[in-house]
Amino acid sequence: MNTLPQQLANGLLLGSMYGLIAIGYTMVYGIVQLINFAHGEIFMTGAFGALTVYAYILPHGTSMWAAVPLMLIGGAIVAVLVAVGAERFAYRPLRQAPRLAPLITAIGLSLALQEVVRNFYPGADKARSFPSLDTTHDLGAVTIKDADIFLIIAAIVCMSSLAYFVRKSRTGRAMQATAQDPDTAQLMGIDTNRIIVIAFAIGGLFAAVAAVSYGLKYGNVDYRMGFLMGLKAFTAAVLGGIGNIYGAMLGGVVLGIAETLASAYINNIPGMQQLGGQSWANVWAFCLLILVLLLRPQGLLGERVADRA
Amino acid sequence: MRQRSLVILTSVLTTGALTLTACGSRDNSGDKSGDGSGTTLTIGVDAPLSGENSTTGLGIQYGVQIAVDDANKNNWVPGVKFKVKALDDKAQPANGQSNATALVGDGTVVGAVGPLNSGVAQSMQQVFASANMVQISPSNTNPELTQGKNWQTKKTRPYKTYFRTATTDANQGGFAAQYAAQGLKKKKAFVVDDKQTYGSGLAKIFAEKFKSYGGTVVGTDHVNTGDKDFGSLVTKIKNSKADLLYYGGQYDESSLITKQLKDAGVKIPLFGGDGMFASTYIDVAGKAAEGDLATSVGVPADTLPAAKQFIQTYKSKGYKGDYAAYGAYAYDAASAIIKAVKAVKDANGGKLPSDIKTDLRAKVVDEVQKSDFEGITGKVAFDQYGDTTNKQLTVYQVVNGKWKAVKTGTYNG
Repeated sequence: MNTLPQQLANGLLLGSMYGLIAIGYTMVYGIVQLINFAHGEIFMTGAFGALTVYAYILPHGTSMWAAVPLMLIGGAIVAVLVAVGAERFAYRPLRQAPRLAPLITAIGLSLALQEVVRNFYPGADKARSFPSLDTTHDLGAVTIKDADIFLIIAAIVCMSSLAYFVRKSRTGRAMQATAQDPDTAQLMGIDTNRIIVIAFAIGGLFAAVAAVSYGLKYGNVDYRMGFLMGLKAFTAAVLGGIGNIYGAMLGGVVLGIAETLASAYINNIPGMQQLGGQSWANVWAFCLLILVLLLRPQGLLGERVADRA
Repeated sequence: MRQRSLVILTSVLTTGALTLTACGSRDNSGDKSGDGSGTTLTIGVDAPLSGENSTTGLGIQYGVQIAVDDANKNNWVPGVKFKVKALDDKAQPANGQSNATALVGDGTVVGAVGPLNSGVAQSMQQVFASANMVQISPSNTNPELTQGKNWQTKKTRPYKTYFRTATTDANQGGFAAQYAAQGLKKKKAFVVDDKQTYGSGLAKIFAEKFKSYGGTVVGTDHVNTGDKDFGSLVTKIKNSKADLLYYGGQYDESSLITKQLKDAGVKIPLFGGDGMFASTYIDVAGKAAEGDLATSVGVPADTLPAAKQFIQTYKSKGYKGDYAAYGAYAYDAASAIIKAVKAVKDANGGKLPSDIKTDLRAKVVDEVQKSDFEGITGKVAFDQYGDTTNKQLTVYQVVNGKWKAVKTGTYNG
């Protein structure tokens, strides 16, 4: 059996999820040059927001057709509130501080959010089960399940609406202007604080969509889920060119496929048995990142690296 | 003014302290006059009593409690009363170490039962060894604890104060392989582990033994603890046409693997060790767990004929926790210590050695080594490494959302 189509599908799915989270890193970085290391935890709170809707608000036995949109709304509300709250109370007071200060704040916030969920969300010290969409479809060489279809559709819809929003809407153009030069944008009458809040909110929204897809796909969520996913998504954002929204999606997909293929095929190469398999997937993913950064320091689709460094 | 109140406070405290001390010594002398040489000795317990694993941990605590109550009621050691001092390690090695230090520091403690987790045991062994105090674990399975780091090639016992009533992973992996090949009639296994001491050791033993029973290992892979997406691994397993997946590791990863495996349409059972024998495995994997298997050390207490009385007592006292996994083994571990105290007393002309810390503890270690009696789990005796000679194991299978014992036996090679 030729496993390549299936492995590519696995990688594409994983990569779409990375891409959705990576949007949050890249938008915030593009506008305020801050690496929001708490973004992985915003993703995690989104998952718990969605779980709350399903487990405590909806009556038992609600059809998934009705439940999934409501879970998306619940997750989005929580993730956006946490993201906007983080901006307002953790990052805005440090806007003029040296760059290291918000970075350390981000790491602190990330730990704080994990511990809050672990200690105060019922049963969150262990993995909590999440409703999953498990019906499978055999499409020739590829088997996918409903949750995968949901993830792909969600990723496409989110990306195209974001592209439309940034290019066509008034706020989107104001965002581009702020990203280019915040001071001048402000002089031109753009409320930069509002733009920054919107960037955080969009990041939170996309993280919530990713979180619901994650739950539907893997069937459980826990308070540590944001750490590794956040790290991978950050890698994806850098790989694609941080600051560029298309780069984030592309970086995510490239990273996902690279990881999957490395884990599937490297140990078949003669003499490489020891260096392949699932446990080496991360190693190869980061090798790819180093290679891309050596050959193309601005990332795959990155630009304007000189004035950012 | 402030000076004066301080003086009053100090004198009140001093008086109080003196009074309490006086009470204490009077109680002791009262005991002595009561039944001749009446002394109270303490059996320490270390197990996770709160948080993760606490259900099993409480089973250990109350297993010891029942043994101590029986010893007191039936006068196992005439003139000596026992009590329990249970400390919570929360399944953390650091807590285990400080609990061990606390038990060693308490002059009435003669020996300890616990801990539940092999990782915690590693941090406790040294403390007990330097105090020459016996420690018997009802549940640790890591071979290194008794047979040293290089147990596969050259066995050396690292600590002569450490014993266990559970058998080791070496037997567990073999037992699983035997059941997979002969009980389930599986031919092709895919073996995955998490690269940790416990998981990789177990997976390696399983793979070797499975081959020796005529099976083939069609693929191996390793995962990282904390991984969530196993899509690539699942595709490989599917392609290998394996009829069994063996996983060495904890339920955190195996529950996700089995779910993603079954979702991808690969309907083969996942088989693991005692690290995934937990209700959480079924909670997370849901329906995908159905038919999966796990080995665990010991046999479920309900199937032991000699443990009937024990279970009845456990239930009638309304103790919390779960006695099924290790409660009866904890009972036998505590019994071994109590019987050793009796042996020391008999050998000493019917008197306990006067100094517990320097004399009694060391003698109890020697007597535990010589243990040989019928406990409620079967024969209680230890080999030259401190491992039990009773190599009982059980295979459990998920049936209708619950772990059910499907085969019990002993494994000897």
